[in-house]
Amino acid sequence: MEAKRVETVSARVDAAVSSTDSVEDELELSAVRHRPEGLEQLEAQTRFSRKELQILYRGFKNECPSGVVNEDTFKDIYAQFFPQGDASTYAHFLFNAFDTDHNGSVSFEDFVMGLSILLRGTVQEKLIWAFNLYDINKDGYITKEEMLDIMKAIYDMMGKCTYPVLKEETPRQHVEVFFQKMDKNKDGVVTIDEFIDCCQNDENIMRSMHLFENVL
Amino acid sequence: MAAGVAAWLPFARAAAIGWMPVANLPMPIAPTEKNKRQDELIILNVSGRRFQTWRNTLDRYPDTLLGSSEKEFFYNEETKEYFFDRDPDVFRSVLNFYRTGKLHYPRYECISSYDEELAFFGIVPEIIGDCCYEEYKDRKRENVERLMDDQEDNKDAKLPNMTFRETMWRAFENPHTSTMALVFYYVTGFFIAVSVITNVVETVPCGSAPNQKEVPCGERYTVAFFCMDTACVMIFTVEYLMRLYAAPNRYRFMRSVMSIIDVVAILPYYIGLVMTDNEDVSGAFVTLRVFRVFRIFKFSRHSQGLRILGYTLKSCASELGFLLFSLTMAIIIFATVMFYAEKGSSSSKFTSIPASFWYTIVTMTTLGYGDMVPKTIAGKIFGSICSLSGVLVIALPVPVIVSNFSRIYHQNQRADKRRAQKMQKARLARIRLSKTGSSNAFLHSKRNGLFNEALELTQLPYKMNLSNQGNTEEEKCLSKSTSLIESQHHHLLHCLEKTTNHEFVDEQYYQQSYLEAGLQNYPSQSPSLSSQDGVTGTCCTRRSKKRHTPLPNASAPAHMQPLTHTHTHQQGLQELSTIHIQPLSTSRSSLNMRIDEPAPLNCQSSQITTAIISIPTPPVTTPEGDAHLPAGPTHQNVVKVSAL
Repeated sequence: MEAKRVETVSARVDAAVSSTDSVEDELELSAVRHRPEGLEQLEAQTRFSRKELQILYRGFKNECPSGVVNEDTFKDIYAQFFPQGDASTYAHFLFNAFDTDHNGSVSFEDFVMGLSILLRGTVQEKLIWAFNLYDINKDGYITKEEMLDIMKAIYDMMGKCTYPVLKEETPRQHVEVFFQKMDKNKDGVVTIDEFIDCCQNDENIMRSMHLFENVL
Repeated sequence: MAAGVAAWLPFARAAAIGWMPVANLPMPIAPTEKNKRQDELIILNVSGRRFQTWRNTLDRYPDTLLGSSEKEFFYNEETKEYFFDRDPDVFRSVLNFYRTGKLHYPRYECISSYDEELAFFGIVPEIIGDCCYEEYKDRKRENVERLMDDQEDNKDAKLPNMTFRETMWRAFENPHTSTMALVFYYVTGFFIAVSVITNVVETVPCGSAPNQKEVPCGERYTVAFFCMDTACVMIFTVEYLMRLYAAPNRYRFMRSVMSIIDVVAILPYYIGLVMTDNEDVSGAFVTLRVFRVFRIFKFSRHSQGLRILGYTLKSCASELGFLLFSLTMAIIIFATVMFYAEKGSSSSKFTSIPASFWYTIVTMTTLGYGDMVPKTIAGKIFGSICSLSGVLVIALPVPVIVSNFSRIYHQNQRADKRRAQKMQKARLARIRLSKTGSSNAFLHSKRNGLFNEALELTQLPYKMNLSNQGNTEEEKCLSKSTSLIESQHHHLLHCLEKTTNHEFVDEQYYQQSYLEAGLQNYPSQSPSLSSQDGVTGTCCTRRSKKRHTPLPNASAPAHMQPLTHTHTHQQGLQELSTIHIQPLSTSRSSLNMRIDEPAPLNCQSSQITTAIISIPTPPVTTPEGDAHLPAGPTHQNVVKVSAL
């Protein structure tokens, strides 16, 4: 991606300070603030309008004044939407899906890029994003274990008090059903093409992909 | 849900796309904004100071003054702003609450003025953030205590309708309340003193007849002393019985320290009466007399200082224990050393290690009686080390005890401990409450949403005897309760339910269904029976099963609240459970409440009644009985009748 401008709080601390402390100081200071790119650039790269980007950024900065979200904050925020269950596992997978350059933090650009795909992207793009979410180790294949992990994370968000009562093997059964459906050549993994094919042939999934388009 | 996080709701909803490929069921329709207007700045003029914020910010908390339409009352048409004639300094905190979702209490602010402002703006003080909550509670408590102190004059006033027993108890506890109580107080004090002095004087050798050896006064004037003793014991017994009678909680009174002291004080006398003047037991009898000295502890009712001392010792138990432990260690070490050092010398008093204990103790406490002294050089060296270290070891824990004692004199100490415990519990309760609050809101709105659907569906096929007015009123009052953000959040949770094909339910419902599941799973029958103790033991009034279908809407709100009842007896014998389901008029509602069949139902179909009837059977306590349960329909505990 583009170079993120990392601004240190005291820009006047320049290389003239040669002691070894300055390196640590700089690292510490640089971890504190992050400023996103200009509004025009983001407008060009995403499918959001200026006003929408403004609203998104205000919300983003409110929760994360430092400009980046780390995984713990992410989990906290996401957990507040699901008070009955434990959303931390799913939040972890989501975080990895948003953190496209894998540097351990989600900046506003990552955030807005992800949202742009999810809310304004084509169905193809959305499916690719979902595939990336499921493919935990990003090797291009979804194995049964990966899908089971995701499924368990989703079921964790339901919590304990559900009807009918959640049993141990429910996620596994759920995975079985879907894996059978998706893995056409029965080689034990789902590739991206199989995934996209299967989803495009399913009416329900196609319809639900358009569900959140009017979110903003 | 915190206000700031509401801004992330679009993100959470977008992320829900991740569930779509593995969803079991089709998703519900998303709520739409009816009139999406641009966010605008509004101006709040508080006594001249202008605050500006987005309208959306204020809308986050619709049940407060600023978030609801109540603020329209304060709208000033000419200046196009909202004017409040209130304190602008406190308003800062109030507005920050909307912005950040956390309510802070500024320390310099007076507690009552802050409370008033919060009440005016419709904000509940319980949501003050943890950072400021303790300070707030402290100040509030001080204020309340100050108010209570002002009314203390009335505290001892005699309440009009106190029973004789209560009067007596009050007299015992507060001697200043009436003259009788004061007299009683002094009389008992006098007799305690007399009794103690008697015990002491008893042992003094009185003058004797010339040809006899000295005898203690007790043996000389046996009768006199016996009479004195009897009189004192009688007074004490009467006092004890009177206290026992007057005590509001007799069991607790009997367990209290003071009453135990009373009993111990008078018991030796009665035991002595009972026992004959036998040679064998007279030794034991003498020992019992020692316990008479406990009468002096009865003075602690009369002296506040004594009580505090006792309380100090109790609260410094750990320091005292440490002192004791370290002393014991030092004693053993030094005694051993001295023993072996003095072993060589002849005619040494240090005959064994236990014998050296006495020397060590006397030396370490710097008493130095001199009955045992070391003679060897090594012994003298170690003896001096012993006495030096004794000073240190004893001096260390003592200041702690002293400071404890002074600490207890401080007014707030006992209140602190009570306060800390209460606050911890209250804090946990608050956190739990806010968590359940949002999930309850979802469940509540789910039921309301279904009622809405039921309402819509039944409009068409059935002619209601309700007027149109009634319908729209109910609709209105239901729809205004959820804001857009809430409805979007609920839609998100609804999507999750559809993805996993499980529903969110509340605790009670969950336990009921757990019990039901236990009834159906034969091997796990006994655990489910025992889990009945945890299931709601409240006996709910049984709703009649005869609920006629032509009146769905009139009765819908009444029985929508708990759709099923579990009526469980603790004996768990005659009826295991009686679960009623009201016959619902609309198929869709019943389907959503109990998803047993995932196949979509025809909306146009007529009523569905699902009823579970339980047949009382003899107690199922034996495991064999459990296994026999599913034997035949006539023997079954639970008969499910469903007519589709």
